[in-house]
Amino acid sequence: MHRRQLLKIFSAFPLSFSTGHLLSAPASPGKLLLVFLRGGYDAANLLVPVNSDFYYESRPNIAIARPSIDINSAISLSSDWALHPVLRKTIYPLYMEKQAIFIPFAGTNDLSRSHFETQDNIELGQENDMRRNLHSGFLNRLAAVLNGVAPMSFTDQLPLIFQGNANVPNTALRNIAKPALDARQAKIISSMYKNTEFSRQINEGFSVQDEVTQEIAKEMKAASRNAINAKGFELDARRVARMMREKYNLGFIDIGGWDTHIGQGGATGYLANRLDELGRGFAAMAHELGSDWRNTVVVVVSEFGRTFRENGNHGTDHGHGTVFWVLGGSVRGGEVRGEQVQVNAKSLFQNRDYPVLNEYRAVLAGLFLKLYGLNSSQLNTIFPGVQPKQLDLI
Amino acid sequence: MTEIKASCICAKFFLIFSLFSSASYASPEWKNQHDFDLEKADLYSVLNRITWGVNSSTYKEAKSIGVNQYVDQQLHPGRDELPIEIQSQIDAMTISQRPVDQLLIELEQRRKKVDSILKSTVSDNEKKTAQLAYQNELNRLEREAASRSLLRDVYSRNQLLEHMTWFWMNHFNIFPGKNNLHAMVGDYEDKAIRPHSLGKFRDLLAAAVFHPAMLRYLDNDQNAANHINENYAREILELHTLGVDAGYTQRDVQEFARILTGVGVNFERGTPTVKRELQNQYVRRGVFEFNPNRHDYGNKVFFGKVILGQGLAEVNEVLDILSRHPATAHFISQKLAAYFIGDNPPAALVKRMTNTFIQTDGQIDATLATLFKAPEFRQSLGHVFKDPIHYVVSSIRLAYDRKPILNTTPMVKWLYRMGESLYGRQTPDGYALSSIFWFSSGQMMTRFEIGKAIGSGSAFLFNPEGQQAQEHSAFPQLANALYYEVLQNSLSQTTQQALEKATSSQEWNTFLLSSPEFMHR
Repeated sequence: MHRRQLLKIFSAFPLSFSTGHLLSAPASPGKLLLVFLRGGYDAANLLVPVNSDFYYESRPNIAIARPSIDINSAISLSSDWALHPVLRKTIYPLYMEKQAIFIPFAGTNDLSRSHFETQDNIELGQENDMRRNLHSGFLNRLAAVLNGVAPMSFTDQLPLIFQGNANVPNTALRNIAKPALDARQAKIISSMYKNTEFSRQINEGFSVQDEVTQEIAKEMKAASRNAINAKGFELDARRVARMMREKYNLGFIDIGGWDTHIGQGGATGYLANRLDELGRGFAAMAHELGSDWRNTVVVVVSEFGRTFRENGNHGTDHGHGTVFWVLGGSVRGGEVRGEQVQVNAKSLFQNRDYPVLNEYRAVLAGLFLKLYGLNSSQLNTIFPGVQPKQLDLI
Repeated sequence: MTEIKASCICAKFFLIFSLFSSASYASPEWKNQHDFDLEKADLYSVLNRITWGVNSSTYKEAKSIGVNQYVDQQLHPGRDELPIEIQSQIDAMTISQRPVDQLLIELEQRRKKVDSILKSTVSDNEKKTAQLAYQNELNRLEREAASRSLLRDVYSRNQLLEHMTWFWMNHFNIFPGKNNLHAMVGDYEDKAIRPHSLGKFRDLLAAAVFHPAMLRYLDNDQNAANHINENYAREILELHTLGVDAGYTQRDVQEFARILTGVGVNFERGTPTVKRELQNQYVRRGVFEFNPNRHDYGNKVFFGKVILGQGLAEVNEVLDILSRHPATAHFISQKLAAYFIGDNPPAALVKRMTNTFIQTDGQIDATLATLFKAPEFRQSLGHVFKDPIHYVVSSIRLAYDRKPILNTTPMVKWLYRMGESLYGRQTPDGYALSSIFWFSSGQMMTRFEIGKAIGSGSAFLFNPEGQQAQEHSAFPQLANALYYEVLQNSLSQTTQQALEKATSSQEWNTFLLSSPEFMHR
C-alpha cells in the first residue's frame, strides 16, 4: 500500500482502526516516534499548575509566573494549566491547532527514583513482579507484531526499548561524518556477505547510510541557499522528520540533559533553554514532515518527574509523576488529558512528588490499540497483562 | 509442597556430593589435562577461540610449544609479562598507586564537602562546578579501570585469564553508575574477579559476594534485620549460582535475605558502636563491614537445612551449599559452554562439564579443560559470531601484536557505540551472550568503520590522551607471514576475491577486518 493511500485512510477514518480485528498482523498505518527525555525533566515547570497557590509556595525561586501580559509569564492552556513561555512560538501554536496534548500525572509505578532503573523499567515495559526478559524492549515487541513496519532507532547505540528479536537498525543523526567507506568499498564488502546469514543486515546498513548521506547533501544544498542552519535537537529533529517522511514509520530518539538538581532557572535559564531547543525541534519536525505530519504521532516521555518543591540549590530532585506530550497532525489535541487531581500538598505522592494516575503502559496501549487496531493477544505481547486506557488521543 | 521438594533435591545432592568427594577426583575426563586432542584442530582457530584473538606472537609461541601445552599453560597461568610501555601506563594510574580503601574514604570525604557546598550560599555556578569536579574524578577512575582491562586483554600473555575475567565480570555484573561505584569497579575486577577467574568457583563467588561494589550495587547495604531487602539474595540465586529454574522458593529467597542482613559497607574511618555481647562478631575489611547490630540472629531454614543464627558464618554456610549444588554446576557449565562455543551448546557436552565441575568441587580450569578437549569444541571452531568486545580487541591484537598503543579511548568509544561498554550494562544479568543481539545493521556498519580506522592507521590509538591529534601513525601490516601461513586458509573464495580488489594496503586491511570470517571466532 502506498503512503498516499494510507494517508487518505488515516485522515478519512481516524477511528476505523479501533475495530480493525480483521488483520491478524496489523499494518502500520501511521508513523510513530517515541522521544525519551533522559534524566527526568521538570514537568511542573513545563505544564504549570497555575491555579495552585501551593505551586508558587513550593517554588519561590523557580516558579513560572501566572499568565499575564508579561512575555515571561506562563501561557494559559486551560483553567488549570499553562505552558512554559519559552514554547510560545513552537508548541503553543500546535496546541492551538489541536495538534498537541499534555498528559500530567503520567509515569511508571517504579519507585526507585533511580534514573537507570526507571528508564530500564519503562523500556522493558514488563511487569516488575513477573519474571522479565531483560533483553526485550516494548518498541521491539511492537515492531515484531506489526506488518509493514520500518523501524529505526535514531541513536548511537540500539537502546533497550528497541532490543529484542525483531531486527531494528540504528543510526544517530547528530554528528554525521562522511561515510567511512565509499560506494565501491561498500560494494566490495557487501559482496563478501552475499552468501552469508548477514547479507540482509549488510545491505540494509549500507542503504541506511546512503539515505543519511543523501539527506545531508540536500541539507547542505539548502544551507548554501541561506536557509537557517539548525543545531542541537532541532537539527536532529529535522533529519529524523525527513527520514521518517521518506521511509521509516516507527522511530525512537532520546535527548539527555534534564537532570536539573542545581540552578535550573525559571522562565529563563537552563531548563528554559532546553525546553526551547525541544520546542524548536518539534516545530521543525512538523514542518519537515509536511503532509505526512497528519499521519504522524510523536510521544514524549521521561522516566520520572521531579520533586514538586524546589531544593536548596534552585533545582529539583528525582520525583515520580511526570507529564507526557502527544503531538501530531491528527491527534485530538488542544487539551490536557488523562486522570487529574488538584495540585496541593495533600495530593502529592509521599509528600514530595506528583502522583502517577496515568500509567505509561496503559496510556501507550490505548494509543497503540487505536493507531494499529491490535487484538488483545498482540497487545498482550507488547505490554503483558496491561489494561489499555483510552484517552482519546487520536 | 515446594518446601518438601526443595529438601528432597537437597538430600539427593548431598548424597551425590559425598559420593564424589570420597571418590577423590578419580574421573579421567578432566585429569589428563595435557591430552586435549587439539592437534587434530587447526591451531589458528584454537587460538582465536581461547584467546582474545590470534596474532603473530601468540601463534609463534603456541606453535613452538605445541597446542596442548599452550592450552594447559593458559589454564594455569604464571606470571604475566606485559610490554614495558604498557606496564608503565598501568603503573602510572591512580588505581595502581593508591590503596583502594584509602581512596574510597577520601572520596567519601570529598563527597561530603561537595554536599556542604551544595547546602551553602555560594552561587549556583560554583555549586555546579564543585559537583562536576567530583563527578569527573570518579569517572576518571572508572576510565582508568576500563583502560587497564583493555590493555591486559590486548597484551597479556595470560590470554585465557583475561578472557575469563571479562566473562566473570559479566556474570557478576555491576553497574558503576548505580550508587556511585565508579571508584570501586577497578578494584572489583582486579581483586575480586580476576584472581579467581580460573580458580575455584566457591572462592570467586565469595569474593564477589563480599565485595563492597557488589553489596552496594545490589542494595545489600540496605538489608538489615526487620528492614529486609531481598534484591541481592534473589540475584545470587537466580543469576550467580543456581539459575532461575532451579526449584528454589520465595521462602528460600526470604531466608537467604535474612542471612545476608548486616553484610554491608562503611566509608567512614570510625566504626559503629556494637552491642557488647556482639562485639567479637563485628568484621571490617577496608570498606567492607559486617555489622552485628543489623544482622538477624534468628535461625533460618534454607533449602530445607536449618542455618543456625551465628552471624557472618551463616553466609559462608550458604555459599557452600550454593557452590556445591548440582544446579549451579549445570548453570555455570551451560554459560561457559555458550560463551566459548556459541548459542545452544550440546546438552551432552554441558553434562560432561557439569560432572567435572561437581567432581572437582567447582574448579573452573578443570571444567574448561573438559570443554576444550571435547569434539564439540573442535567442531565449533570458527563458527561463533564475535560480540563487540571480541571484535574490537581481536582487531587491535591482530593489527598491533606487541606494539604498544598509547590511548585506549578509541576502543572505549567503539564499545560504547556498539552497546557493549566495559562496565556499561545496567542490569545485573550482564550483556547477552547470544549472537542475535550483536549483528544489527547499525552494528555491522560501525564494525566496518572501525575496520577502516584500524586498517588505515587513522584510529588515534597512538595519540596519548589529551594531546593534539598528530599525523596518522603508520597503518598496520596485516598481509604478513601470519596471514600467508594460516589466516588466508580460513577465508572463503568470495572473501579472497574481494581482497584482491583492494587498491592499497590500507584498503586491503579494511576489507580483511570487515570480512565475515573476521566477524567470527
